[in-house]
Amino acid sequence: MVEHRRFGNLLPHLVLLVGVLIVAFPVYMAIIASTHDQAVIANGQMPLTPGSQAYENYYRTIVAGTTKTTRAPVGGMLLNSLIMALGIAAGKIAISIISAFAIVFFAFPFRMAAFWTIFITLMLPIEVRIYPTYKIVSDLNMLDSYAGLILPLIASATATLLFRQFFMTIPKELVEASKIDGAGPLRFFKDTLLPLSVTNIAALFVILFIFGWNQYLWPLLITTRDDMQTIVIGIKKIIDVHDALTEWQIAMATAVLAMLPPVAIVVFMQRLFVKGLIETEK
Amino acid sequence: MDNRAIFSGKLLPYLLLLPQLVVSIVFFYWPALQALWQSFLLQDAFGLSTEFVWFENYVELFKRPDYYYAIGVTIVFSVLVAFLSLALGLMFASMADRHIRGTQVYRTLLIWPYAVAPAVASVLFIFIFQPGLGLFARMLQASGVDWNPLLNGTEAMILVVVAATWKQISYNFLFFLAGLQAIPKSVIEAAAIDGARPLRRFWTIVFPLLSPTTFFLVIVNLTYVFFDSFGIIDTATGGGPNKATTTLVYKVVQDGRFGADLGGSAAQSVILMIIVIALTAIQFRYVERKVHY
Repeated sequence: MVEHRRFGNLLPHLVLLVGVLIVAFPVYMAIIASTHDQAVIANGQMPLTPGSQAYENYYRTIVAGTTKTTRAPVGGMLLNSLIMALGIAAGKIAISIISAFAIVFFAFPFRMAAFWTIFITLMLPIEVRIYPTYKIVSDLNMLDSYAGLILPLIASATATLLFRQFFMTIPKELVEASKIDGAGPLRFFKDTLLPLSVTNIAALFVILFIFGWNQYLWPLLITTRDDMQTIVIGIKKIIDVHDALTEWQIAMATAVLAMLPPVAIVVFMQRLFVKGLIETEK
Repeated sequence: MDNRAIFSGKLLPYLLLLPQLVVSIVFFYWPALQALWQSFLLQDAFGLSTEFVWFENYVELFKRPDYYYAIGVTIVFSVLVAFLSLALGLMFASMADRHIRGTQVYRTLLIWPYAVAPAVASVLFIFIFQPGLGLFARMLQASGVDWNPLLNGTEAMILVVVAATWKQISYNFLFFLAGLQAIPKSVIEAAAIDGARPLRRFWTIVFPLLSPTTFFLVIVNLTYVFFDSFGIIDTATGGGPNKATTTLVYKVVQDGRFGADLGGSAAQSVILMIIVIALTAIQFRYVERKVHY
């Protein structure tokens, strides 16, 4: 800060360390629990240090599945989550970037109408139209399918707004130069616009991947088959056993596996993540 | 936006817009309109006949005590989560904004819960607070609290508030930090020269200058608590015990799933739609203009 005090820096470090502890503690407990066996956890005597069952627990979680609930193993759920998250992120980016391209670089009737049609979807989150949307997806025969998981979620006002914002900062001269070189709109899009948008696409991808991976209500509603479940849904079913003891070691291993991909992305692509987050919310 | 339209093309722009518009109309507008339409219809108990009843479903809804109860639960839950996560986020951000070593490391260690799914965050806390076996639950029980969120409504609320707050701190931290770093240091130095102590500088200079960020975050947090918390409540408490954690969003989903009351559920959806529209409108209208002193 401004003045120099010998112990002045102690307080921020202390507060931040407490913050880090608050944030990390529940996850630490989950990791520890995923390395102990069921009996130790169930009798409330789980130590705060790792146990020896890590390999068995993760093997059972990923490959074999829980015994009490006859649920599908988590390996398949991870794959489903990955497909859904990638599909949603790629789908949103693809349809939004071409919409923004049309809106910014073309003059045509109903341009503003199209823009507002896309913008207003921002105000219609899935929760407020859940059953009619379910009915449409069911009528289209897309229950229990990847298309059903992905398609209804890929309209994106936020991504379109972000690309529109960015395209509007591109100097007019660039478009004119490209035209003089004889490039049509599609050439311009491919050779000029896309390369310039790489960072924005990457930042958006990070945010949208996390958004897709963490979906809850929609997959819960439209997947009934165990082999179509995503991991975020699967974990609820693992702890939701009415007639048996919850297999906490499996539940916690599942939680760890469910967190790993999105958390890794945030930590290792932090710069893109922060950029994406701040720009999509602007 | 106007002087940019440079390419001419009759069909091409429509083709480019087509995928987004089709998805929006099929999966957004059509279902939303259906919800609106159904909210004016009354179906008899066997689903045999349907009658157009204007606003009767809404009138019925506002006669039901459980609807007011859900409104109350939603307000308590949203205010608690928004306030706690904003306060903690701001506290950590203002500490990280000091010129200390390792700010970058702290930032990394504080932001990652953003990536944890609400339902997964909820499961982490269910485990720690599980009566009889979770660490915190045992500590509470050892100190004489009869802890059981499955039976006690207040404790269930505490559980979901803690999980939702934990998940939201990182988001608020990140935006507050960005906001703090944008405040010119010269202003703060000037106040320091005038003899203002750090705490006084914070409340009289930093906090007012931060108000656009704060305002934006309040709106975003309310939206988050409203909608994203569904996963937290569904995994942790299932809306119980005795509806103590049934928020408006949870109620819409629940009533539509089990009750045959299509019209009533649709009316609830429409009310939620109005709330989202209001929140979004506020966000765009006032955040764009910036709240400023």
